[in-house]
Amino acid sequence: MVDSKQQWKAWLYLSPAIILLLVFTVWPIINTVRLAFLEGYNALEATWGATYNVGIGNFTKVLGFREFKTCLVNTLLLTVLTVPISTILALLIAVALNSIKPLQKFLQTIFFLPYVTNSIAIGMVFAAMFNIIGLRPDGLNADSWGIINNVIMFFGGEPINWINANSGYWANIAVMTVYIVWNALPFKILILLGGLQSINKQYYDAAKVDGTPRRRVFTRITVPLLSPMLAYVFITGFIGGFKEYSSIVGIFGEKMGPVGDPYRLNTMVGYIYQVLPDTDYGVASAAALILFAIILLVTLINMQVSKKRVHY
Amino acid sequence: MEKNNKIMQEHNLQSVSAQQSVLKIVVKAGTYLFLGIMALIVLFPFYWMIISSLKSLEEYRENIPTLWPRVIIWSNYAEAFTEASLGQLFLNTAYVGIVSTLLSLVITVLSAFAFARLEFKGKNVLFAGLLATMMIPGELFTITNYATINQLGWMKTFTVLIVPFLVSVFYIYLLRQNFLQIPNELYLAAKVDGCGDLKYLWKVMVPLALPTLISITILKMMGAWNSYVWPRLVANDDAHRLITNGLRNAFTATTGDVNYPVQMAAVAIVSAPLFLVFIFLRKYIMKGVSRSGIKG
Repeated sequence: MVDSKQQWKAWLYLSPAIILLLVFTVWPIINTVRLAFLEGYNALEATWGATYNVGIGNFTKVLGFREFKTCLVNTLLLTVLTVPISTILALLIAVALNSIKPLQKFLQTIFFLPYVTNSIAIGMVFAAMFNIIGLRPDGLNADSWGIINNVIMFFGGEPINWINANSGYWANIAVMTVYIVWNALPFKILILLGGLQSINKQYYDAAKVDGTPRRRVFTRITVPLLSPMLAYVFITGFIGGFKEYSSIVGIFGEKMGPVGDPYRLNTMVGYIYQVLPDTDYGVASAAALILFAIILLVTLINMQVSKKRVHY
Repeated sequence: MEKNNKIMQEHNLQSVSAQQSVLKIVVKAGTYLFLGIMALIVLFPFYWMIISSLKSLEEYRENIPTLWPRVIIWSNYAEAFTEASLGQLFLNTAYVGIVSTLLSLVITVLSAFAFARLEFKGKNVLFAGLLATMMIPGELFTITNYATINQLGWMKTFTVLIVPFLVSVFYIYLLRQNFLQIPNELYLAAKVDGCGDLKYLWKVMVPLALPTLISITILKMMGAWNSYVWPRLVANDDAHRLITNGLRNAFTATTGDVNYPVQMAAVAIVSAPLFLVFIFLRKYIMKGVSRSGIKG
């Protein structure tokens, strides 16, 4: 069947894709690994003919930077907080949606809405909701506390300085967690609801005949049969979490932190983009490879765990 | 005695089923309550964005916020439009979005056709290799691509915003799967009739795979609209800036005493096209997304 004319044609049709992939995907993979192991590689010096030793100097250098450690801690913290919260919440919403008939399509549409948004733009809305206007130096008075604090005060709580100057680290993290979870829900609900709807109704009918309690139906039928989707949502959630960047830019701006404390909330991806224009490609490459290694490791662990746990 | 027992049993059964139906109603009500509250939380930021964009600055700064603007100030929108020069940004983004979507579609259709219909040496190896690149995070490519772009002299051009992202392995994969569902007999029949590959592709394959192509188009356009990191790195000048960057650049301050009504108006303008796409083309987005897991 394989005639030479078809061969020739196939490669012709594929050529634009292959050429672009070679230049912008394959070469970067090779080159990034190369640069990461050239100690202290700097693009500017390299054009003047500087040569570099092969070694792991870039990696030790990056890991020694205090800024990088901040980024690593922030990234890990946000991922560990947001992935379980958003997954559990999405699971509850999906199960609830699946159990109702009237309004199901309507509510499903509402829950998908945040997916089709610009994370910078809506981040600015969240900033407006948490922002305090005209905070006095004593921290006890302000012109406007912002809608979130208004709600807290309505229920008798104390207003919190969420994102303004002199705000606490954990307040910042709380705001980021809320925003990232809000942003992550639609995709997870979509996938989990799709999974729920494809579960065979016979299992539930059998449980009904046996008079199985609701909770047991959930833990023994719904969760096991949904486990492949849960694993998928978990893995993509972790990968997304480690690449967190633009949601922070949305709320805190390009300085990645509250006024007076820039880069406090910087992440690993943010770090790579921060060092890139300084032509320190060796360091940036090492940071990118570390990010890749972490993502790969977490994905492998997740897959290993889900192999044991996933029902089928 | 026996009769009595039976009546007792029946009575018990009845009260059990009555209890169950009460429980059922309570659970239903709880479910709706939970979904209603969650839906309100999800919608609240949009509501806040819209009402804030219509308030006067004085009203926005009031100690106890109003839940609906007392006086609607439409001029916030005009002010936002000029302050962030949204017109120019809109044109830039539309240009990049349309050109990159069209070129990307051509490349994707040709590649998917080759993988789905043609036989050539190394086909499976090549396809597996392409799929493997999907696992690598994009940040790994950025560093070298930044250097490559610098060497090619593409900094601050539209080319740099279009060319590096023309090929999406995921879209090729998606379309190939779709093409494979089209029976091969159609292709062979067309060949017998002397119909060329490209004509067949255009007249048969493309119309049959239209839903997938629409999904790809929407996701690609949304990608241009929402892209932030790469454009900021390589083309952040007035002539080439895209809309998301423009929005962030025009309103650098997020906290403190900001003119929020105007800022929220700008955010609403930037969000509006996305909402329109959502309302009219939601089906295609959901279909594409549920198979990808990639945002934008």
